[in-house]
Amino acid sequence: MNEMHAEAVAGVVDRVVARHRRDASNMVQILREIQETCDWISPEAIDRLQEVLGVPRTKIEGVAGFYAFFYTEPRGQYRVLFSDNITDRMLGSKALMDRLCNNLWVERGKVSEDGLVSVAQTACTGMCDQGPAMLVNNYAIAGLTAERIDQIAELIRGKVPLAEWPPEYFKVADNIRRADILLASDMKPGDALRAARARTPSDGLHSSNMRSWREGLPSGIGGPAAMLDEMKRANLRGRGGAGFTTALKWEACRNAHLKAGHQRIVVCNADEGEPGTFKDRVLLATFPDLVFEGMTVAAYAVGATKGFVYLRGEYRYLLDHLNAVLAHRRREKLLGPDILGIPGADFDIEVHVGAGAYVCGEESALIESLEGKRGTPRNRPPFPVTNGYLDQPTIVNNVETFAAAALIALNGGEWYARIGTQQSAGTKILSVSGDCARPGIYEYPFGVSIRQVLEDCGATDTQAVQVSGPSGVCVAENEFDRIIGFEDIPTAGAFTVFDRSRDMFQVARNYVHFFQHESCGFCTPCRVGTSLLRNLMDKLHHGAGSPYDFAEIEKLNQLLQSMSHCGLGHTACNPVLDTIAKFRPYYDKRMMQQDFTPAFDLDRALGAARQMTGRDDAAAHLATENGGKA
Amino acid sequence: MTAKKKLKVATTSLAGCFGCHMSFLDIDERLFTLLEHIEFDRSPLTDIKHCSPDCDIGLIEGGLCNAENVHVLREFRKNCKILIAVGACAINGGLPAQRNHLPLTTILEEVYHTSPGLANGMIPNDPELPLPLDQVHPIHEVVKVDYFMPGCPPSADAIWKVLTDLLAGREPELGHGLMHYD
Amino acid sequence: MSQTFTLDGKTIPFEEGQTIIQAAGAAGVYIPHLCYHPEFKPHGSCKLCTVKVNGRHTASCTMRASAGMVVESETEEINAERRALTQMLFVEGNHFCPSCEKSGNCQLQATAYHLNMMSPHYDHFFPNRAVDASHPEVLLDFNRCILCSLCVRASRDVDGKNVFALSGRGIKTHLIVNAKSGQLGDTDFTLDDKAAHVCPVGVILKKRQGFAVPIGERTYDKAPISETAETTEGR
Repeated sequence: MNEMHAEAVAGVVDRVVARHRRDASNMVQILREIQETCDWISPEAIDRLQEVLGVPRTKIEGVAGFYAFFYTEPRGQYRVLFSDNITDRMLGSKALMDRLCNNLWVERGKVSEDGLVSVAQTACTGMCDQGPAMLVNNYAIAGLTAERIDQIAELIRGKVPLAEWPPEYFKVADNIRRADILLASDMKPGDALRAARARTPSDGLHSSNMRSWREGLPSGIGGPAAMLDEMKRANLRGRGGAGFTTALKWEACRNAHLKAGHQRIVVCNADEGEPGTFKDRVLLATFPDLVFEGMTVAAYAVGATKGFVYLRGEYRYLLDHLNAVLAHRRREKLLGPDILGIPGADFDIEVHVGAGAYVCGEESALIESLEGKRGTPRNRPPFPVTNGYLDQPTIVNNVETFAAAALIALNGGEWYARIGTQQSAGTKILSVSGDCARPGIYEYPFGVSIRQVLEDCGATDTQAVQVSGPSGVCVAENEFDRIIGFEDIPTAGAFTVFDRSRDMFQVARNYVHFFQHESCGFCTPCRVGTSLLRNLMDKLHHGAGSPYDFAEIEKLNQLLQSMSHCGLGHTACNPVLDTIAKFRPYYDKRMMQQDFTPAFDLDRALGAARQMTGRDDAAAHLATENGGKA
Repeated sequence: MTAKKKLKVATTSLAGCFGCHMSFLDIDERLFTLLEHIEFDRSPLTDIKHCSPDCDIGLIEGGLCNAENVHVLREFRKNCKILIAVGACAINGGLPAQRNHLPLTTILEEVYHTSPGLANGMIPNDPELPLPLDQVHPIHEVVKVDYFMPGCPPSADAIWKVLTDLLAGREPELGHGLMHYD
Repeated sequence: MSQTFTLDGKTIPFEEGQTIIQAAGAAGVYIPHLCYHPEFKPHGSCKLCTVKVNGRHTASCTMRASAGMVVESETEEINAERRALTQMLFVEGNHFCPSCEKSGNCQLQATAYHLNMMSPHYDHFFPNRAVDASHPEVLLDFNRCILCSLCVRASRDVDGKNVFALSGRGIKTHLIVNAKSGQLGDTDFTLDDKAAHVCPVGVILKKRQGFAVPIGERTYDKAPISETAETTEGR
C-alpha cells in the first residue's frame, strides 16, 4: 500500500476530489479520504491534488501538517494509536502497548523496518468506560487485553485487511446505566418536527412564499418564532461545556443579516475531545434520530437550509451508520427538500470527520476545519452567529443540546424547565469512568450531587473526581456534596473517578501533556506556555522540583488566562493548580528540599561527554544542588 | 571617623571571552570612585582564588559550558548575596550556545577525529579536564540570578548605571541607548 | 462629529471600523505589537498588543473601537504581561542578537528594549531550526521566526504568490515555502516581492548586505520603537 504507483495515486486523488465537487473547502475530508486509500499523503498525492484543485502546495501541506491523523511520511499499512488518557493508563495501556511493540518488532513512535506497521499514542479516544482502547487506521478497538493484543499482532503480521478482522473486536458498548428524558426517550422520527410546526398559527402554515418555513411572518409572531419561544421558556444552556443560552444563540443567528447568495447554517459539534467525555458517542450511536431531529428543529427555528455534523476523527467508525440514518430520514421526507411535504422546507445535513485535533471542539476552530483549513480559532468578534461557516450566520451546538432541543419541541419549554434546578434546567448526561464498578453513561437531572453519582457508579475509597475533564475542576473528598449544575460545578459530561491508590500528580501531568500536544500554536502564550508548563511538570516528575517552580506555574496560569486566544490556553493550568491546592502532598514528596533547582538534570547533561571520553570518575559527574533562595 | 564598610565584589568569567570584564574596566577613572565603596574579592583582577563567605555582589560573565563552570557558579551563588549575570553569554548562552543544535558527540567526533588534517586523533580524557555539558546553558537555568546586565558586552556606561543603581538601593534600569543585546 | 474612546485617560478619536490599535496609531500613541502591520489585515497571534477594554484583556489589533470604550495599555500589569510574552518568544527560537544581521533594525529586539526585558527569564528550548540559502538573493534563517505570518499575508494578498504558509501544530508550528523541495530557490519568490521586506525580525534577509549600517546609526539606535514612525506607517 505504501508503494502505490504515482498513476494509481493520481487516480485516487481525482476520484476523491470529484466526489467533493472540486471544492477546496472540503480539503480536510479530501485529505482524509486520500489517506484512507493510500495509507499516507505522499508528495505525489500532493502534486496531483495541487493540479486538480488549483490551490498552492503550501495550502495543502499546511492543512496536512496541522492534524495529528494526517501523515506526510509513510506510517505503515497498519497505523496503531493507543489512547493515552489517564484512564487508559490506569487500566494498563502502557504494558499492552509495549507488548504489541515487542510482538511486532517495532519501536514506540516509529514505523517497523518493513514499513508494515507503526505504533504510537494519541489523546483520549472516548472509550474511557471500556479501556484500554486503540485506533487502527482510525477505527476503534476497545477493551484491550493481552490476548487481544496478541491476536491483533497476528492479524497485522498476516497482513489481513482490516475489513476482515473479527467484527467483535470493533464492538463498542453503550453502557447506559441511568437513563432519563433523553436516553429513555421513545420519540419517533418526525414527532418533534411535527410538534414544532403545530405551534405556529395557521397563517404561518400555508404561506405561498417559499420562505415561509424559514422566515415566518414579518411581525415576528408565528412560524419559527414560536419554536424560539419554547426554547426560551425551556432555559436550555449548551451541553458542550460553555453553557451558553441556546435560545439566544439561535435568535441571534435568525436575526443576523443575510447577504445575497448566503444561507444560514446549523452545525452539530460532535468533536467530543475533552478527555473522559464519551456521552456524545452514545447519543450518536444509539439516538441519532433524536440528534438529527434537534438539528432540523434548530434549522426550522433559525431559518437554516444546510447542516453539518463535525464528527471527531476517533469516531470514524460511526460515519457509515450516521450516513445511513440520514439517508433513511431523506426517504421519510424528514430531511432534504420539502420536509414533511412543506414547499420550501429545505434542510440537509452532511457529516464531516475530524482528524485528531482537540482544539477543533472550539466552535470557531471547528468552522475553520469545516472550511478545509487549519483548525485555529478565529478572532472574535465577529461571532459565528453572524459570520460563521463561509461567513454565513451559523449556530454551533453540542450533540446533547440538539437532542434536548428535539424533546423541547415535542413537549414544550415549560415541561423542560421544570426538570433540574432553578438555574440549570433539564438533564445532563455524564460519562463516568475510572475507579468505579460501573463505568458508563448516567443521565441525571441537574442538581445531582457528586456523592450521589459516586454511589450510583459503585465508586469506593474515592480520593478525587475530575469533573469536565482537564479543562474542568478537580473535586476533593470534602467537596463531594457539591452539585452538578451551572450554579456550582458545570460540566460537558466527563466524570473521572480516582481512588486513593492514584497519584494525583501524575493525573495532572497527564493532563498537562495533553494540552501541550493539543495547543494549536496560533498564539504566543499558549503555544510556548503549554510547553513551559509541560517541562515544569516533567521536572517535578523527575524529583527536581522547588517552590520556585510552583511560583512559576502560578505566574504562567495568570498569563495564559489573560492573554490566550481561546479557552484551551485559559484552562491549561487548571489541573495543576487544582491538584497543588487540594493534593499538595503528592507534589511535596517530589520536591527537593531546596528553594530553587536547576532546569535540567546536570548529571545527565554530562552523559554524552562521559560516553565519548570513557570517563566515570567523580569529576565526571554533577549532583543536583540548591540553586539559591527563590 | 569610622569608614563605611566596603561592599565585597567578586567576579568571574565562566564560558566567556572576558569582553565583559574588559568593558567593565572601560569605566576608566570611575573605577577610583567605585573603589571608595567596594573592594574586589575573588576576581581575575585580584587573582584571589576563592570567594569569601560574605561577598555582597557576584558579577558573572559567561555561560555554562562544562562541569567546572557549574562548580564555580555554585561557589558564587553560595557566597554572594546578590548575583548578577553580565552579558549575553551569562544571560542566554551567547556565542558558545550556538553549538546547541549539534549533538555533542558529533562535535567531539569532528574536532578530535575527522577534522581534515588531523592525525591520531583522540578525545582528551584526562581526569583534570572538565567535561562539557551536552548543551551550553545560561546561568539562570542552574542558579537563582538576581539581576541581569544585557549586552555583548554591555557598555561601560550600562555597567556603571546598573552598579550605581544597586549601590544606591534603586531597582536597576537601563534606558534607550544603554539597553542593548548586542 | 467623530467618535472617541479613552486610552490611558487620553481621548482618542476613531472612524467607524477602525481597530483600537489603528486609531491609537493615527493619534500617535504606540501600543507594542509584532504581528500587526498597518498595511495588512490583522492576525491577532502575537498578543503583544493586548490591552484592557473595560477591564477585559483583548487584542487591540482585532478589537474594533467603539464610543465610550475605556482602554488601558500603559499599566505595569499589562507591560509585565507583554514582557513575559516577549521572553517566551526569545526562549522559543534561537535569538542570538550579536551575530544577527537584523540587530538594530529588529522589531522583536526593539520591543524587548521598550519593555525593559533584562533577561529571557524562562528556560531556553534551543530548537534545531534550518537555514535556507537556496535562493540567489534572499536568505531564510528560521531560527528567528516568531510566526507572525506577515510574510504569509504579504505574499498572498499583495504579491499574489502564496510563497509562504504555516504548517505543523503547537510548538512545532513552522514556516514552509511553496515548493516540493521545500526550498525558497524553487519558488517564484523575488527580491521585489512585498514579502521580501515585511519580516519584522531576521528571517527573510537580503543576501550580501549584512551589517552595512554601523552600530549607532541603525533604525532603533537612533530612536526607540515607541517613537519610530515606521512602525505605525509601515516599512
